Amino acid sequence: MKLWRTVACAVLLLVVSVSLAANWLAPAGYARQYREAADAAPSRQHWLGTDEIGRDRFARVLYGTRISLLLAPAAALLSTLMAALVGGLAGYLGGAWARCAMAVTDLFLSLPWLFLLITVRAVMPLNVSPMVSVLVTFLMLGLLGWTSAARVLCSTATSLRDADFVRQARASGLSGARLFWIHVLPNLKPVLYAQFWISIPAFILSEANLGILGLGVAEPMPSWGSLLKELEGLVSVGEEPWKFVPLILLVVVVTSFQLVLSRQDEVAA
Amino acid sequence: MLGRKIARHGLAIVATVLLGGLLSAALVRLAPGFDSDEAALDPHLNSASVLALRQARLEQHNLFRFYFHSLQRAAHGDLGTSISLGQPVSVLLRERAPLTLRLVGVGLLLSWAMAMAMALSAAWLRVSAYDALTTAISGTFLCIPAAVLALLSVLWNVPGALAIGLIVFPRVYRYARNLLAKAYSLPHIITARAKGLSELRILFWHVVPVAGPQLLAVAGVSVSIAVGAAIPVEALCGLAGVGQLAWQAALARDLPLLTNLTILVTLVTLLANSGADVIGHILRGHEA
Repeated sequence: MKLWRTVACAVLLLVVSVSLAANWLAPAGYARQYREAADAAPSRQHWLGTDEIGRDRFARVLYGTRISLLLAPAAALLSTLMAALVGGLAGYLGGAWARCAMAVTDLFLSLPWLFLLITVRAVMPLNVSPMVSVLVTFLMLGLLGWTSAARVLCSTATSLRDADFVRQARASGLSGARLFWIHVLPNLKPVLYAQFWISIPAFILSEANLGILGLGVAEPMPSWGSLLKELEGLVSVGEEPWKFVPLILLVVVVTSFQLVLSRQDEVAA
Repeated sequence: MLGRKIARHGLAIVATVLLGGLLSAALVRLAPGFDSDEAALDPHLNSASVLALRQARLEQHNLFRFYFHSLQRAAHGDLGTSISLGQPVSVLLRERAPLTLRLVGVGLLLSWAMAMAMALSAAWLRVSAYDALTTAISGTFLCIPAAVLALLSVLWNVPGALAIGLIVFPRVYRYARNLLAKAYSLPHIITARAKGLSELRILFWHVVPVAGPQLLAVAGVSVSIAVGAAIPVEALCGLAGVGQLAWQAALARDLPLLTNLTILVTLVTLLANSGADVIGHILRGHEA
């Protein structure tokens, strides 16, 4: 298992490095159109061919990978912080605050994740600039994805609240906020790390789902979701296999995250 | 005791559905463009008609009044009219719900059949290579976005229900495998095996009572996952169900339709979870 984890880390590192070097590696910008070579098959100029309006697919995969791989962790960080704030405080404070926080959490959890996403996305304007659509998509993931983590953190914080060392610290006169900051929060760290890592592949997959359904990142900005939307036009699987490259890349990256995650699960346990 | 539990669940469902409705009403009310009405741009309307339209919008300004009126109408069977499709929401739901129910139902059956077959065989065989293989298969499906599985099902002419089954099965498998592995490692089950009891007898007499209530909880959660999976499957496979309706409503920003769908989906998932909880409670009661 350790070997697989090392391989997974290496794969993630490689994919992130390559996507960060997109400016140098890509033959052109993600929006540059080669009108004379629209919908072309892979060639020496266009390694993965071009899309229906002549944009280089390899460049779009590189830039799309960068967007998905940089913003999914950012959204995961936001959701983990929110979970720590809501769930951690709810567990620590208990009482009415905990009941309120968990009622809201239950409400969010009672809706299927994808349904919740498309409902909230629909409320926001759809005709926004590509950059705003990227921010809206990942902010939404971050702001809505904290609920299940909050539940875990709430139960962990509840058990910490009644732990002997916390009682002793309280008896020694440590105030509520200081106690939470110094004694409770550091003990929540393993769970927070695990939740952060769990959220990244979940958000990558959610963005891909939203993109395919036309509710994700807006054109011409590429992301894995918008790149996978191309599969909609396929007639058969063997017809243009190079169109599956974004899917293969996504599966490899998410699998790598899952393998890295197995280590985080052990840490959290 | 059971009656109290059911009553508590009922109250929780009503409160959550009402809160969910209020939340979606708040989203509708706060959404950009709520105050404007496309109909007011119609050049055939005179100023009095435009004023009447504005007046109607102004009446919906107060969120709580807006929500209360919606609830009042809903109590009389009027769920409003879809903006994008121009049809009463109740008619749309009545037309589309049977297909979604069938898809989700068959999909759940398939997913549970696949997950339990793999989890049970892994627990029975206890061969690490086989366990790794089943975990790898379910892990691969877990790493493919639900919408891609829906697209692939179109390419391979696979029924939508099977696509839902393939989306749900890895999630169910993960829990089922862990629960069964844990149950099979219990001392009394190891003893039963050592004494030569048949695998079926061990399964139904010893494993199911241990893992059953928790598997029931997973069953409740799997309904929610299947309902979520129905959205990309119906949208991309061209199946006219409630999932496709939700997607169309999202694309067209048909907020009255989305509010009703939110309440419906919340109700379905809460009923599934509470149902699983109550059945688990009854089973545990019988054991005691």
